[in-house]
Amino acid sequence: MDPRKLRLGFLFAAGAIVLALLLPSGPRSPSLLPSPAIWQTTACAGLLFLCAAWMANARATAFGLAGITLAGGATLAMLRDPAIAGSAGTGFWMIVIAMCLAAALCVVNLAAMRPLRTDRQNILNILVPLLFGAVVFYLWEVGVRGFGVPPVLLPSPSAAAAKFASSLPTLCTDFVQTFVRGVLIGYAIGCGAGLLVAILAHRYAFLGRGLLPLGNFFSALPLVGIAPIMVMWFGFDWPSKAAVVALVTFFPMLVNALAGLSASGHIERDLMRSYAANHSQSLSKLYLPAAMPFIFNALKINATLALIGAIVAEFFGTPTQGIGFRISTEAGRMAIDMVWAEIALAALAGMGFYGLVALAERATTFWHPSYRT
Amino acid sequence: MASSEPSPLALKEPEAERRPGDNEAIASLVNSVADTAAPDMIASEPPSSKRLVVDAQNISLTFDTADGRVDALSNVSLQIVEGEFVSFIGPSGCGKTTMLRVIADLQRPSAGALLVNGMSAENARLARSYGYVFQAPALFPWRTIEKNLTLPLEIMGFSEIDQQQRVERYLSLVNLTGFERKFPWQLSGGMQQRVSIARALSFDPALLLMDEPFGALDEIVRDHLNEQLLQLWKSTEKTVLFVTHSIPEAVFLSTKIVVMSPRPGRIIDIIDCDFPRDRSLEIRETPEFLRIAQRVRVGLRAGHSYDE
Amino acid sequence: MRHPWVERYAPLATTVLVLIAIWYIAAIAMNLSLVRDAFEREETAYTLTDLISGTLSAERPLLPAPHQVAAAVYDSVFGYPPFAPRSLVYHSLVTLTATLLGFVLGALLGIVLALMIVHSRVLERSLMPWIICSQMVPILALAPIFIVVLGALGLHGLLPKSIISAYLCFFPIAIGMVKGFTSPEPQQIELMRTWSATSRQMLWKLRWPSAVPYLFASLKVAITISLIGAIVAELPTGAEAGIGARLLAGSYYGQTIQIWAALVASAVLASGLIGIVGLVERGVARRMGAH
Repeated sequence: MDPRKLRLGFLFAAGAIVLALLLPSGPRSPSLLPSPAIWQTTACAGLLFLCAAWMANARATAFGLAGITLAGGATLAMLRDPAIAGSAGTGFWMIVIAMCLAAALCVVNLAAMRPLRTDRQNILNILVPLLFGAVVFYLWEVGVRGFGVPPVLLPSPSAAAAKFASSLPTLCTDFVQTFVRGVLIGYAIGCGAGLLVAILAHRYAFLGRGLLPLGNFFSALPLVGIAPIMVMWFGFDWPSKAAVVALVTFFPMLVNALAGLSASGHIERDLMRSYAANHSQSLSKLYLPAAMPFIFNALKINATLALIGAIVAEFFGTPTQGIGFRISTEAGRMAIDMVWAEIALAALAGMGFYGLVALAERATTFWHPSYRT
Repeated sequence: MASSEPSPLALKEPEAERRPGDNEAIASLVNSVADTAAPDMIASEPPSSKRLVVDAQNISLTFDTADGRVDALSNVSLQIVEGEFVSFIGPSGCGKTTMLRVIADLQRPSAGALLVNGMSAENARLARSYGYVFQAPALFPWRTIEKNLTLPLEIMGFSEIDQQQRVERYLSLVNLTGFERKFPWQLSGGMQQRVSIARALSFDPALLLMDEPFGALDEIVRDHLNEQLLQLWKSTEKTVLFVTHSIPEAVFLSTKIVVMSPRPGRIIDIIDCDFPRDRSLEIRETPEFLRIAQRVRVGLRAGHSYDE
Repeated sequence: MRHPWVERYAPLATTVLVLIAIWYIAAIAMNLSLVRDAFEREETAYTLTDLISGTLSAERPLLPAPHQVAAAVYDSVFGYPPFAPRSLVYHSLVTLTATLLGFVLGALLGIVLALMIVHSRVLERSLMPWIICSQMVPILALAPIFIVVLGALGLHGLLPKSIISAYLCFFPIAIGMVKGFTSPEPQQIELMRTWSATSRQMLWKLRWPSAVPYLFASLKVAITISLIGAIVAELPTGAEAGIGARLLAGSYYGQTIQIWAALVASAVLASGLIGIVGLVERGVARRMGAH
C-alpha cells in the first residue's frame, strides 16, 4: 500500500484516539475516560498508531495490530460500565472508529503481502480472513451493546456465546437428535443408495439413459416439502427426518456418481478391454477410482444438504428435541439468544461435517491434479 | 539413389481417381523405383520357416459419418511373421491406427478374415496375446508405478510373488528400477511412457502393439527411447507392431515398413529393411537408410499423402 | 432404422412408466390395511376388487394413487377462480412472487459482490473464505429468525420472504461468478494487456463473456434455492398463503392428497423456472456462437 496513505490513515487513527480522550464517552461521564487503566490503555493504543504512522511500511502492521488489541480491549472494558452500555458517547465511538481504521489498514497491508515461502503464505491465508472476521464480530458486539439494541432483535456475540455455554445439555440432546440420528443415518442411506443405483445405471446403459434426466429433474425440486409425508409414514421422530435426508441426498449422488463413472477416458477403457477384464474388474480397478473426485463432490454437497434437510424437516413437526424444533419454538417464544445458540451449533456441525468429508477427500483423491498446483 | 537422375515419378503421375487396379499400379510403380534405386532391396516375401503371428486377408472397415461413408480400411492384406518389427506409416486417416485396433480386437472389421496368433482376434484378446501401448501413457494416477505395472497381472490372476518378480524384471528392463513407490505425475513424459511399455510386457504377451507411443515427446527423448526400444526388442524377441508418422523413426526401428495412404485406407507398399539388429542412431546418416526413407516418401506421395 | 427420437426418449419413457407402475403397486400395498380396517369397522362384506379399488380411491390414503393426485391438482387449479384462497394457482403465485423477488435481489447482490472480489485483492483474501464457509452452514435454519425479527420490526408478508430467498441464493451466485470472472486463461488476459486494455475493457470484453456459462449454472442453482427458501419461510409463523402454507396445513389436518398436490405445484414451479433460465441460456449461447 502507498506509504503516504498508510501514514495518513494511521495518523487519522491516532487523531481519533486523541479526540476520544477529550470527548465524553457516555451520557453522564466527564470528558476523561472512566478509569485510569482505561485511558492509559487508550493512550498507549494512540501511541502505537503514531509509531505505525511513523514507520509507514509493512512492519507498521505489527504496531497497528498491537494498537488494535489495546483499543479493542479498552472499549470492551468500557462497555461493562452500565452508564456507557446502551448509550455510548462520541468519545467511545472515536475509539471504535480509530480501531476500525487501523484494522482496515492492517488487513490491506497483510493482503498485499506476497511471501515466497509456502508456510508463511498459508499463515497469511488464514490470518487475513480471521482478522477480518474478528473485526466484524467486534463491531457487532460493540454496536449492539453500545447502541443498546434490544436483545430480541439482535443479541451480541458475547450474550449468544454465554447462552451457548449455559445451555450445553439441551444443545447436546438437540445435536444427537438432529445430527447423529437424522443427518448421519439419512446421509449414509441416501449416498449409499445413490452410488449403488449409479453403478447399476452405468452397467446397463438403458437404465442410465432413463434415470439421468429423472435424477437431474428431482435434484432441482424442493424435496424438503416431502417432510410432512415422511412424518405420516414414519412418525414424528427421527426416522422421518432420516428419510427426508436420504431422499434429498440420493439424487445429487446419483447424478454425480454417474458422471464420474462415465468420466474414464477411452484410452483407459481400451486398456482394460485389451486385458480382457470383466465388468467387475473394470469397475473396481478403473471406473470407481476414477469416479472418486465426482463422488466426493457429491458427498460435500450432500453434507450441507443433509443438515438443511434435517433441520427444515423438523420445522414440520418433531418430538420435543432437535435443532429445527428448538429454532422454531424458541423463535416463536422470542427467545432469540437461544435461537442464535442453536444456529451456532448448526453452523459448527455443518462446518465440522464438511471439513471431515473434505479431509477424507484429500486422503482418497490425493492424486487429482487440483491438489498439485 | 543418385541425385542426377530425374525422379521417375515426374514422368508418370498416378491418376487422381481411385480405380480398382490402382493398388497394383501404384505398387508396381513403387517397385520400379525400388529396382532402380537399390537392387539389393527386394519386395517382401514372408519366409516360410517361422510362424505367422498376424494373417490378415482383405480387411475392410467402413463407417457412416455425417458426411457420408468413410472407408477407413479397404482390402488390406498383410502377413506378419514371429519376431519381426513392423512399422505402419502414413498420414492421419490412412487407417494405420485402425488396423492396429482391428488386430487388437478393439474394433471389428466390416469384412475380411483375420487370424492373430492362429486364432480369431477376439480369442487372441481373451487369451491375452498382446500388450498395447497407447499414444498417452494411460497410467492410473491413483496407483504407484509398481501398482500400475501389476494392474494387468492382478486382472489376469498372477500370484503375488509372480507379480513382484515381474515388476522387478520389467522395470529394470526399461531402466526404471527404484521408481516403484513413485506416482505417475512425479515422472517425466518419457519415463511414464517407458512404464507403459513395461506394463505392456509384464504379462509376457507374444505381440507388442504400439500406437505412436513417442508422438508426444520431444526429439531428443524420442531418439533415446527409440534406442531403448530396440534393446528391449532384441532381448525379449517379441513381435512388435509399431504405428508412427515419422519416417526416420520407422526406418530406424523396423525390419518391415508398411506404407499406407488414406481415402480409402490401404497399403501402398511393404518394404523390408535389412539393417543389423545391433543398430545405433548413426545409421540414420548412411546411404541405405536414406534410400529406404526415399522409398517410403515415394510411396506416401503416390498415395496422395502430401496432397491437401 | 430406429428414429433418433425413439433412441433418445425410449429409456426415459420406459423408466417413467415403470416408476408409475411401482407407484400404483405401492399405493395398493400401503393403503391395504387402512381400507380393510375401514371395511371391517363398517362390517360390510368386501371382495378383492372392492379392496383394491378402495385403496386407489381412499379419502385420506397413506399414499395417494397417481390419478388421485392428478385429479386433486386439476381441481385445485381449474376448480376455483385463480385468486381464491383454495386455488393452487393463488398459492403458487404467492410463493412465486417471493421467489422471483428474492432471486433478482440475490442475483444482483451476488454479481456485485463477485465483481468487487475480483477487482480487489484485499476483499478476495478477507471475504472469500467467509463466503466459502457460509456454504457449509445450513443458512436455511436462519429463516425463522428472519421472519420473527423482521416481523417485530413491522415487516410482514412478501418482504421478509424475499429477503430470506435473496440471502440464500446470493452465496452460490457470488461464488459461481467469482469462478466465472477468474476463468479466462492467462494467455487471454496477457493478450488484452498487450493491447493496453483498461480494467473496464477487460471486464466487458473478456471476463463477462467467459463468465456466462458460470452465470447460468449458478442462476439455475440459485433459483432452486430461492424457491426452497420461499417455501420454508412460509412455515414458521403459520402463514396462510403459499405452497409452504399448503404443505403445513395439509400436514396438520392429515390431508395427504392436498400435500401431494402442493408438492406437484412446487415441482411444476421449480422445473418451469429452471426451464425458463435454460431457454434464456440457450438464446444467449446461440448469440455468442454456440451451435
